[in-house]
Amino acid sequence: MEMSQYLEVFIEESREHIQSCNENLLKLENDPDNLELINEVFRSAHTLKGMSATMGFEDMANLTHQMENVLDGVRNGKYKFSSELLDIIFMAIDHLESMVNSIAAGGEGKEDVSDAINKLKMIESGKIVNQSDTTQTAEIDQANISKTNLNYDQFEITVLEQANEQGYKVYEVSIFIRPDCLLKAARVYMVFDVLEKIGDIIKSVPSVEQLEEEQFDNEFVVTIVTHDSMEDIEKKVMKVSEIEKVTVVPLKISDLKKMNNEDSPDENIEKNVSPHVVEQKKKEASSARDTTDKKITLSNKTIRVNIERLDALMNLFEELVIDRGRLDQIAKELNHQELSETVEKMSRVTNDLQSVVLTMRMVPVEAVFNRFPKMVRSLSRELGKKIHLQIIGQETELDRTVIDEIGDPLVHLLRNSVDHGIEMPEERLRKGKPEEGTIQLKAYHSGNHVFIEITDDGAGINREKVARKAVEKGIITEEQMNQLTDKEIFNLILTSGFSTADKISDISGRGVGLDVVKNTIESLGGTISVHSEENVGTTFLIQLPLTLSIISVMLVEVQKEKYAIPLTSIIETAIFKKSEIYYAHEQPVIDFRGKVVPILSLQEIFQVPKVIEGNDYISTVIIRKGDKLAGLVVDSFIGQEEIVLKSLGNYLTNVFAISGATILGDGQVALIIDCNALIK
Amino acid sequence: MPVQTEAKEQKVVVFSLNQKEYALDVQHVVSIEKMQHFTRVPHVPNYIKGVINLRGVIIPIIDLRTRFQVEAAEYNQNTRIIIVSMADKEVGLIVDEANDVMNIDLDTIESQPDVIGTERQNYIAGVVKIQDRLLILLKLEKILNFQED
Repeated sequence: MEMSQYLEVFIEESREHIQSCNENLLKLENDPDNLELINEVFRSAHTLKGMSATMGFEDMANLTHQMENVLDGVRNGKYKFSSELLDIIFMAIDHLESMVNSIAAGGEGKEDVSDAINKLKMIESGKIVNQSDTTQTAEIDQANISKTNLNYDQFEITVLEQANEQGYKVYEVSIFIRPDCLLKAARVYMVFDVLEKIGDIIKSVPSVEQLEEEQFDNEFVVTIVTHDSMEDIEKKVMKVSEIEKVTVVPLKISDLKKMNNEDSPDENIEKNVSPHVVEQKKKEASSARDTTDKKITLSNKTIRVNIERLDALMNLFEELVIDRGRLDQIAKELNHQELSETVEKMSRVTNDLQSVVLTMRMVPVEAVFNRFPKMVRSLSRELGKKIHLQIIGQETELDRTVIDEIGDPLVHLLRNSVDHGIEMPEERLRKGKPEEGTIQLKAYHSGNHVFIEITDDGAGINREKVARKAVEKGIITEEQMNQLTDKEIFNLILTSGFSTADKISDISGRGVGLDVVKNTIESLGGTISVHSEENVGTTFLIQLPLTLSIISVMLVEVQKEKYAIPLTSIIETAIFKKSEIYYAHEQPVIDFRGKVVPILSLQEIFQVPKVIEGNDYISTVIIRKGDKLAGLVVDSFIGQEEIVLKSLGNYLTNVFAISGATILGDGQVALIIDCNALIK
Repeated sequence: MPVQTEAKEQKVVVFSLNQKEYALDVQHVVSIEKMQHFTRVPHVPNYIKGVINLRGVIIPIIDLRTRFQVEAAEYNQNTRIIIVSMADKEVGLIVDEANDVMNIDLDTIESQPDVIGTERQNYIAGVVKIQDRLLILLKLEKILNFQED
């Protein structure tokens, strides 16, 4: 079968599922009893397995199959969720990720996954030494203490309780059908037939309908009340052909009661109904639950679009806007009522379209950030450190092109913080710090830039050590060593050929890392700086331009030219009388709310040809950089607008006080003022 | 289409400026546009007239008359902007008129006689005589490079 057309979908969907596995597993680590999360992970693994098998990627299918088995065990309470178990699952997911990447790169997605598979198999067979786990299995074996696979509601428990009182025994029977079985539904029917002869079926997971429609894998679980013994049940069910394995686990009502926390009051009423009705009832309930689950997964569906197409769409759209402007003009000239109305309607539609097109390119930095928790977790485990990663501002939006580029530098910096920044737990305790180190990853918008900060509360940078190393490596001279400020010294770690780690580890520090980071960020038009305080921590501050992103601006007119001032730099607009201007050393200033604020004439700064004579009033836009203010004198305010920031291209670089340009609704270009350059 | 292995020919875009005819290698020409509204950019060399919006892309435009230090002229119906691209730069060149696309034989290119001008010579790769027309072949990289002036 021709698969290539599905390949793209397969890759994208696999990535989505892998990511959702990652996220949910991390959540699970903190909340190991959350059945919902385990189910979510299980579903993802299951889908991955199905997809990869269909596409013929066997390694992937095998691995996901093992993973699924283990996850299923977790789901059913067979294995306890532990960090060790999580490590192995993560290892498997890493394999999956690299296989998907290999497939995406045109490879066959083949990889040696035997280590992960073996480990998963070991978990499955209970060989992974896990203190809590082994004791529990032992308990099951010896004392026959029941461990329940399924969730029971109050009503089912009541029924089971009554059955128990009447001397019936309750078992959970897990039936595994051979994977090569063709008519699974038929086997299910036969199993149910056998079981119904022995006793009464209280519940089955998946529900009977799902089983009949073969909407299950190879395994299903049935709860039954009977007089027969475990062995008898097992033997009888095994008589049905194509059944691989049957496990029967006794169930204790008292345990169920403890576990049950979901009471549904309306079901409590019907206490004396026969088990058959119960079954009916349960079917409905479980199928209802399934549909809600499906809804949750559906709502997260996205389509991925090539960024070039978005660029093309954006440019086409701008063309449209220009033509709309022309149409508008023509309609006015012709004074044609109907035409004017149509054009007006079209204007509204294009406005809406504009905002859709503009926001489409923006992606929350979450797209990059979401892979970090797992990375930091595994690194810190590897190094034996305790680290908490705190992520702030993941909703901050950045242009897609920047997002794509920023991932690797951030990985590098985070690895650096984990490896060099945060100390070993013992050392931290000795220093009187909390045992667990914190790395904060923070993104926010400010002015025309997006800032990303990586802060750790680790050892900080040792000035002496860095300076000496820099001298050793010939980056600075002996004299410079004493003259440079702390900050200048710290920033030396970003130069090439530098590594201060005493030990070279796998994680970072071959001295090639940080200068690569610096280069990448600079190639994006951004900057990076380091701030550090010994024993308090280190902060890497990355400033990224908002190239091609949308910003809110105030449009102003200076003589006959239009300029855009980013709203983030504006405090307010104010109108003064000319007589209110004072001069301090030739510098015109105004009294703005009790503060002396210098005023700058944009007409003079930008050498705008003078065509309009001013009057007695001056309009100013009060801008800010840090805590400094300045008033920009303009001729008129046009209004606030959302614009697309565009660069002036590679030919015009570094134009004074201009950070870029934008295309206005009428197709003309307006320059965007860089307020930071105007305030010193 | 037969592939010309011995490509001795070069396709050029021919335009006129101050009654002279110039030629640019067609490889570098993206498109030819009519004169349109442009936005002045402050603090740039005087021959950079400003920027235009070309189908959503902002492109700086250079007035070649000013660049070549010949007297400026009013823009009119015939004025064209030749959009050129070199390395990763896209720039528009304002010319009096864009006339033609033609093939020139590489062998017929002669170097610019030393006597004519001094400054302008930098921009010139050579001259070609075709019948009674004299085409001046331009060195685009020199025109675009404003830092080295």
